[in-house]
Amino acid sequence: MTKRLISIVLLGLGLLAGSASAWAEGPELPAAGNNLRDQASLQRGAHLFFNYCVGCHSLKYLRYSRMAQDLGLTEQEVLKDLDFTGARFDDPVITHMPATVASKAFGKVPPDLSLEVSAKGADWVYAYLNSFYLDPKSPIGWNNTILPNAAMPFPLWKLQGEQTAVMGKDGKTVEKLQLSHPGEMTPAQYRQATRDLVNFLAYASEPAALQRRKYGVWVILFLVLFTFLAYLVKKEYWKDVH
Amino acid sequence: MANAFIRWFDERVPGLAPVYRKHMTEYYAPKNFNLWYYFGSLALLVLVNQILTGIFLTMNYDPSATGAFDSVQYIMRDVEWGWLIRYMHTTGASLFFVVVFLHMFRGLLYGSYKKPRELVWVLGMLIFLALMAEAFMGYVLPWGNMSFWGAKVITSLFGTVPVIGKGLEQWIVGDYLPADATLNRFFALHVIALPLVLLLLVVLHLAALHEVGSNNPDGVDVKHGPKGNRWDPLKPADAIPFHPYYTVKDLVGVGVFLIVAAFIIFFAPTFGGWFLEHDNSIRANNLVTPAQIKPVWYFTAFYAIVRMVPSFAGTAVWGVIAMFGSIALLFALPWIDVGKVKSIRYRGTGYKVALTVFVISFFSLMLIGMDLTDTLFPKIFGSDIDITTWDNVFGRIMTVAYFGFFVFLWLYTHLGWEKTKPVPERVTTHD
Repeated sequence: MTKRLISIVLLGLGLLAGSASAWAEGPELPAAGNNLRDQASLQRGAHLFFNYCVGCHSLKYLRYSRMAQDLGLTEQEVLKDLDFTGARFDDPVITHMPATVASKAFGKVPPDLSLEVSAKGADWVYAYLNSFYLDPKSPIGWNNTILPNAAMPFPLWKLQGEQTAVMGKDGKTVEKLQLSHPGEMTPAQYRQATRDLVNFLAYASEPAALQRRKYGVWVILFLVLFTFLAYLVKKEYWKDVH
Repeated sequence: MANAFIRWFDERVPGLAPVYRKHMTEYYAPKNFNLWYYFGSLALLVLVNQILTGIFLTMNYDPSATGAFDSVQYIMRDVEWGWLIRYMHTTGASLFFVVVFLHMFRGLLYGSYKKPRELVWVLGMLIFLALMAEAFMGYVLPWGNMSFWGAKVITSLFGTVPVIGKGLEQWIVGDYLPADATLNRFFALHVIALPLVLLLLVVLHLAALHEVGSNNPDGVDVKHGPKGNRWDPLKPADAIPFHPYYTVKDLVGVGVFLIVAAFIIFFAPTFGGWFLEHDNSIRANNLVTPAQIKPVWYFTAFYAIVRMVPSFAGTAVWGVIAMFGSIALLFALPWIDVGKVKSIRYRGTGYKVALTVFVISFFSLMLIGMDLTDTLFPKIFGSDIDITTWDNVFGRIMTVAYFGFFVFLWLYTHLGWEKTKPVPERVTTHD
């Protein structure tokens, strides 16, 4: 019995290791708190993305049609409300900004965001969208505490307003950010908006996540039943082994 | 009707039925197998899963530096059930190592490598070696940034060989850096060459096992015990036919294993970034290095040994020799440990302590290879410690402990220091 216990503990240890963080070390980030099962949040996030982000960023691995299906939107709704580039319904989401124009304007081509949340994590993207501040020393006028000297201007400034940096004692590191000019949204509304946007980008990173969660429960229930029946068969066969 | 069908076959291939009997219904296995004896059949199950899901992935994967990354996303998004097939393959790869590590550890617990099963063990070790190569090549195929840098680091290990190193590395990579040519050849090796080798070795592993018979948790040789069971008066009294007894028992193990696998596949396919790494969501880029380059979890213990052995005499090859040595020593285990008693149940205290230390050293080296000690040590010992020094001291102690296991075992058994307990005549338990 003790041997069996030890084995189970060993197996458990292996699983525990999986819960340890595999992210590269960095500052502790606040949790994004997004929820893929919240379809209304995904729809709001999609609206934000297509109003504020698609001007520069593509989601080249995501098709409008797939998005419509997964987010509970009709073809008309997508073409009217979200598709501003004149793309066809089955096309992937590609920005209209030519790469040459983008690299002239920003010094680099804005990255495709299809896999941004898979690569950086939802918490990172959420923190990034909440950490822009006015910086007169930056060529674009904006800077970011999560990704210092980012080439990206802050497209959501009308919503959040303008943050400015409070410098630490050394005069070089940013101690905290404060809202110096309020925007159209309250801070709580803005946090929710960025949470929705991160939620949509998390969906875009792995549309299959919606399916696997749906089927997973049934697969596991089936396997539990299968294992139970297999156990009964085993017990029956082994009755005569002494 | 069914009988006529079987007879028809039997007349034409008379050799088939005896083979089936030899390996299934008349393969007599000890009746006292415990939890540790599930992992062999589970490894076979995972192998079949890897081959089947691999076939379907191959249909949609593009083995080129320009197309590989996109084709993986194509599989994840546009191929019907492609996401499930891929997650079964990626989860299977990690779980393959979980079950193989546990299967090997079972051998250490009950002395399954000892006479007369030396060849079974050596063939198993060859499987492990082929599996490591297979896993490494497969890991490169998605052509993410960690694939690229992982390939760079692992192939550069060959570059440390004096004199011929650089040429050897370029010969393996087919370029100065991992590139299209590398991807093409790794694909060929991953989908055809190494699977063939693996399958052949698995057949030989099983053939060798069925020739000498299975060991058991008591380490008692049932073939030398009393004869005569319900099925055959000449077969061991303490053994039962593999089929149906162990086939139905293994089916329960399969069920439990699949529940764990399904949980990962459907709810945590990246397993927090340990099975599918975050940096692999970024396309391979030879200009941008990931913040931390580390191999996937199942290689970390061996990788830690490379890191812990310092370079001297102007070459870093010693770490590489130590890493290969850590595996080579496992091959030689049947000749290092010549103790007559097989099972840990009846072995001396020295063996129990040594095996515990060995397990601790392996897990500790894994922690170092995973870069987890970098966050663990400051939490335990305060944030002002010098992490590199602590890492090196801890890692070197654990490396010495790993190799010390084999040295101790040689001395312990060759010089007759071991005080064993009496081994029973018959197997003691079964469940």
